[in-house]
Amino acid sequence: MTPRQRRELRRRVLYGVLVVGAVAVALVVDWAQLQETFFNVEIARDMFPEVATIAVKNTVIYTILAFAFGLVLGLLLALMKMSTIGPYRWIANVYIELFRGLPALVTLILVGFALPIALGINIPGGTLGKATVGLGLVAAAYMAETIRAGIQAVPKGQMEAARSLGMSQGRAMASIVIPQAFRIIIPPLTNELVLLIKDTSLVFVLGSTPVSKELTKFGRDLLLERANGTPLTVIALLYLAITLPLTRLVAQLEKRQARAR
Amino acid sequence: MTNGTSVPAIDVQQLHKHFGEGENRLHVLKGIDFHVDDGEVVCVIGPSGSGKSTLLRCVNRLEEPTGGRILIEGSDITDPDADVDAIRTRIGMVFQQFNLFPHIDVLNNLTIAQRRVLKRSKDEAERIARANLEKVGMIDKVHAYPAQLSGGQSQRVAIARALSMEPDMMLFDEPTSALDPELVGEVLEVMRTLASEGMTMMVVTHEMGFAREVGDRVVFMDGGVVVEEGPPAQLINDPQEERTKAFLSQVL
Repeated sequence: MTPRQRRELRRRVLYGVLVVGAVAVALVVDWAQLQETFFNVEIARDMFPEVATIAVKNTVIYTILAFAFGLVLGLLLALMKMSTIGPYRWIANVYIELFRGLPALVTLILVGFALPIALGINIPGGTLGKATVGLGLVAAAYMAETIRAGIQAVPKGQMEAARSLGMSQGRAMASIVIPQAFRIIIPPLTNELVLLIKDTSLVFVLGSTPVSKELTKFGRDLLLERANGTPLTVIALLYLAITLPLTRLVAQLEKRQARAR
Repeated sequence: MTNGTSVPAIDVQQLHKHFGEGENRLHVLKGIDFHVDDGEVVCVIGPSGSGKSTLLRCVNRLEEPTGGRILIEGSDITDPDADVDAIRTRIGMVFQQFNLFPHIDVLNNLTIAQRRVLKRSKDEAERIARANLEKVGMIDKVHAYPAQLSGGQSQRVAIARALSMEPDMMLFDEPTSALDPELVGEVLEVMRTLASEGMTMMVVTHEMGFAREVGDRVVFMDGGVVVEEGPPAQLINDPQEERTKAFLSQVL
């Protein structure tokens, strides 16, 4: 065989394997059963409008509040980590290492149960308050590093120019450096937001009432109740309906930034 | 401040500056005595690494001196109790890399410090900003963003930004070194105008033509010391020191 013939043969074999595999799947899978179990239109229809008015709404609210909490705390930690005062840096370092190392689930249990039982500290606002703090504490650890990188990516001359105009260190940070840092870190921050959306699925450990369910808990309860997989299909599509536009946005922003450089 | 005899605008006494620690400690300024009188234009020239930019940056304490004193209009800014932020509002600074704030437009570049530091009203800050943009010929770019400006335009806006604080003196740190050759002229023109209006200026520059034409005095630095100073015509055309001669023969 010539090399060309050998390449052609390899191509055909690879296509052949693909076709055989597809045929095997088509024959083995019980399509009617699959449709009944995962794509049951009736069950899917029954989920509305609650899945949107309760589950999607809660997922989005947990995400936004935890993100806001994490952003503020993350900014504080980032500034502490760059502080000239040693103890502030140490505290920030320990915090970041701790909460990046712990699973989000453990942090949620810590906030939801360990704090109230062991220390008598009860976070106000019920599930919403605990979810915000628990997820926010984790998000802050990640965002602190992102924000610090953003601040350090702003050219040193910006701080110098601001100081040369008589601005104090803090004023220059707030008016000149941080606004530019956030422009730089929009893509990684949006990724953090997407991760948070998925982490809201852990909020179930805090216990939930019918009105505090987020998407995953909502879907799981129905899955058990109806003994059918369709609710999972529906919530999977709804997660994608939230995250896909966001990841598209990240891609757009990254493209625009690349062009600006 | 003025008590009959005029106090120099900038008075640097026995200034030392070290960078780094331990074995890598670098002695960049080795006892500089330097002054700029009120209304005087002093150009500082010298090879790269001579310490001329460091000297200029020490004058508004962007670099912390490690020894010596700097008096601005008679008050010691190296005093630990000195209000550096307040002193800096009296000293305009122009950087080699312009350092315009890219996230806000030209007008806001000129008003932000006026409003946040000098607490001027929006109207007053904008009036002053527009007057200064007019002066540097950039009034038509009042709403442009820095990324939309050429290097020469950026530097003219940066000068207008410094002037908007209505400083008593201006520091220029190689203001034309980052510019394409054809854009140097427009920036020097603005600086020439400022000088003719009596602005006190300290200019670190490689532009010998500008130093000769506009400078009242030229200071030649090398290796962290002032080697020679004098009237521009004399220093540039008839230098006394070997190091000055060697440097000038390379740049002229």
